[in-house]
Amino acid sequence: MSKWSGREAIIGWLFALPALLMYAVFVLLPFLLTIVYSFYKWNGTGPMTWVGLKNYVTVFQVPNLIGTVSNAFWLVIWFSFIPVGLGLVVASVIHRLATGRFGEIARTVLFLPQVIALVAAGIIWGWLFSLSGLVNQILKFIGLGAITRAWLGDFDWALSAVGIIGIWVLLGFCTVLLSTGISKIDPALFESARIDGASWFTEFFTITVPLLRHEVSVCLTVTVIAALAAFDIVYVATAGGPGNSTAVPGLQIYILAFTQRAVGLASALAVILMTLVIVVIIPIQRLSREESAQ
Amino acid sequence: MKIGRGELFAGRALLVALMAFTILPFISIFMTALHPSGTVPGGLEWPADPQWGNFLEAFRVSQMPALVMSSTFIVLTVVPVALVISTMAGFAIGLLRIRGANMLLFLFVFGLTLPFTGIIIPIYYLERAMGIYNTPLAIPLPLIALYMPFAVFWMRAHFVNMPAEISEAARVDGATTWDLFWRIHVPLAQAPITSLGILMSIWTWNQFLLALVLVEDPTKRTMAGALGAFQGHYATDIPLLCAGTILILVPTLIVFVLFQRQIIMALLQGAVKG
Repeated sequence: MSKWSGREAIIGWLFALPALLMYAVFVLLPFLLTIVYSFYKWNGTGPMTWVGLKNYVTVFQVPNLIGTVSNAFWLVIWFSFIPVGLGLVVASVIHRLATGRFGEIARTVLFLPQVIALVAAGIIWGWLFSLSGLVNQILKFIGLGAITRAWLGDFDWALSAVGIIGIWVLLGFCTVLLSTGISKIDPALFESARIDGASWFTEFFTITVPLLRHEVSVCLTVTVIAALAAFDIVYVATAGGPGNSTAVPGLQIYILAFTQRAVGLASALAVILMTLVIVVIIPIQRLSREESAQ
Repeated sequence: MKIGRGELFAGRALLVALMAFTILPFISIFMTALHPSGTVPGGLEWPADPQWGNFLEAFRVSQMPALVMSSTFIVLTVVPVALVISTMAGFAIGLLRIRGANMLLFLFVFGLTLPFTGIIIPIYYLERAMGIYNTPLAIPLPLIALYMPFAVFWMRAHFVNMPAEISEAARVDGATTWDLFWRIHVPLAQAPITSLGILMSIWTWNQFLLALVLVEDPTKRTMAGALGAFQGHYATDIPLLCAGTILILVPTLIVFVLFQRQIIMALLQGAVKG
């Protein structure tokens, strides 16, 4: 056996090698290079000049750059908290009131936006939010004609409007995932609660929410990454405007690197973005781990 | 078990409202697409004279045949290669438990947290240096690599749960490692491989950033990348833009309707495992 183990080990590694090679060249190497670039001033073609931490200082000092980070956090509310919260409510309503075909249809319909390209979602909502689009049409219909505007062109509202696109895309995903989670909860719990005459509220806060902690943390992880790393929707719907009011890190990295040729600065922002994602994700993962340990 | 009428009504009303919120945008672009090209109709307004020809026009100006060819080529390059190499790696890590398997797994899982935008800059310069920028391989090569964290993690989750007896029995019969992989474990892994394949096909079709950065000609991009360019050109012609968007959505929606159950299951399992 020991005579073979060396050879077996090599064969085993050969199986992992192609994936590892691709990953190393096109993911790990770029990851390290992003860090390296972030310490240089470089226009992409000329010589690279070492500038130490200057690019990072710039990111934190220029309002338009650090502002993208606070925009990203604002989007977390829309892309993550609302879809997860609303998804919990919808999943529990389906479980309690619409167990049959109606619930099935509701889940499938809500899921629909999840399979289309985010670019398409951006284009569709770009039109819905425009001056003569559906959103304003509905507002006029219900007597709120006074507040109609080009939502994506409004300094105060554009970012929240982008957030609504996020809800549209992610609500179905959260609903279906949480719905599957509920179906795994012991039905006896719900039955005994209902025999005791528990209302929807009681059932929701004493059974559904506490027992779905793992699913909630999965939803949070996926949607928080979607918010912090948003690119497609913003690029298409607003291109960061008006002004810089909807610029997010992903978009700013793209603009800095590929239109302004400030490669070093763009890389510093990229490093900050990647760090941010990890820092935010770790506590969410903890939440789920602690739960399963209990 | 009794549920009050009021509650029943409120619950159903909520579901109907949210379904309307999801569906109305689709209906709106469909109606808009039927208005005369160049006009700006209302958001939900059936045209007096539906312009079905807009779809033909959008088909023509977006060069749809070239787009479909290009996207299909990219999917057919990325998905099979990614499936084969991730299945092999998942097999090595989850089943063979090669030395350093845990470290390797950690390395791949780390990649799950990396946003594409975080590493796109060096990918662009690497491709220029390697001479694959703006070639047919410009999108597939990095895309295969970017799928590895998820795909390897996914396949490893399958292999790690396979009972050891299966492999032991085969070993006794004198199977080589390759036999064990190809004749025994790949056939047993068909379900997770199929789900992974469906997922990666949709993601590839919808991939935007890599297409935007790495390929200049929109007709040589993915569907989503082409749609971005189409929007750039026809942003002011709303009906035509809506018609083009619908054309690009139709294939994904058809796939969704056909494979609904598998797609939803795969996306969910993917999320839970990830």
